Amino acid sequence: MAINADFAGREYPATAPYSVGREKLREFAAAVGSTHPAHHDLVAARGVGYPDLVAPPTFAVVVAQRAEAQLVEDPEAGIDFSRVVHADERFTHHRPIVAGDELVTVLHVDSIVERAGLAMVTTRCEIFAEAADDAGERTPVATVTSTLAVRGEGA
Amino acid sequence: MSAEHATGATAARPVLAELSVGDVVGTRTVEVDRARLVRYAGASGDFNPIHWNDTFAEQVGLPGVIAHGMFTMGAAVALVEDWAGDPGAVVDYQTRFTRPVAVPNPGVATVEITGTIGAIDADAGTVRVDLTVTFEGARVLGKTQAVVRL
Repeated sequence: MAINADFAGREYPATAPYSVGREKLREFAAAVGSTHPAHHDLVAARGVGYPDLVAPPTFAVVVAQRAEAQLVEDPEAGIDFSRVVHADERFTHHRPIVAGDELVTVLHVDSIVERAGLAMVTTRCEIFAEAADDAGERTPVATVTSTLAVRGEGA
Repeated sequence: MSAEHATGATAARPVLAELSVGDVVGTRTVEVDRARLVRYAGASGDFNPIHWNDTFAEQVGLPGVIAHGMFTMGAAVALVEDWAGDPGAVVDYQTRFTRPVAVPNPGVATVEITGTIGAIDADAGTVRVDLTVTFEGARVLGKTQAVVRL
């Protein structure tokens, strides 16, 4: 099945909240080899100025991929995961993610570009703190941009 | 947590004015085995079978199980976190995935990481650390850049 380029430009409703837990941060940090004590030890995290354990720089992928599943797992989008390779990834942190955060994500399909038997699908996850600030706005936490390269049939 | 770890959190942070483009901030060797990939799969929620199932990986044209690109990206930036002395100082981090890291069974794939100051923005109070990440002598990540607020 071919990629459905009509999905380009699509914006999804905000996801259900993702609750950032201390043990999940410790588990993720240990898995990537992030041994900085601010990921593991509450006293150390507070010593660096955080209210709770702080997430490693790539932890936001855990939050983002749940939102990206709305696109990737949608049969209408035509993304055959056995033909996908990850092309690039970028994290922009507007503020650090800490344990106790309740995060909601808005998925944007920024572009779908087909060339030479490859479809490049670029998504952008805007991650916000669920709780509104004094002005009633959600606080931006992170932007995660990801490009998947999908090989076409026979490529 | 040990006193040794607690000391790390209060270690001196780099001073922007003392840095120069080209300075090496650190090097690290990461040994990746199959157990490491299973652990990352569970921790991240990325259960794509190309990272744990040889049969599936070969069916889709890979030489066998390969590491998650996101694992390699995450492992590389730990060097920058430790150098910065504050994980939250990494305000932007990007990479391209240029070559797969094939992980043998049994055995390990050895990934070499070097961080170098690529740019300094004194007005913004940030430095860009460029990471070179190689496996079997070839780069596996491209344009791997971490912007650190100091």
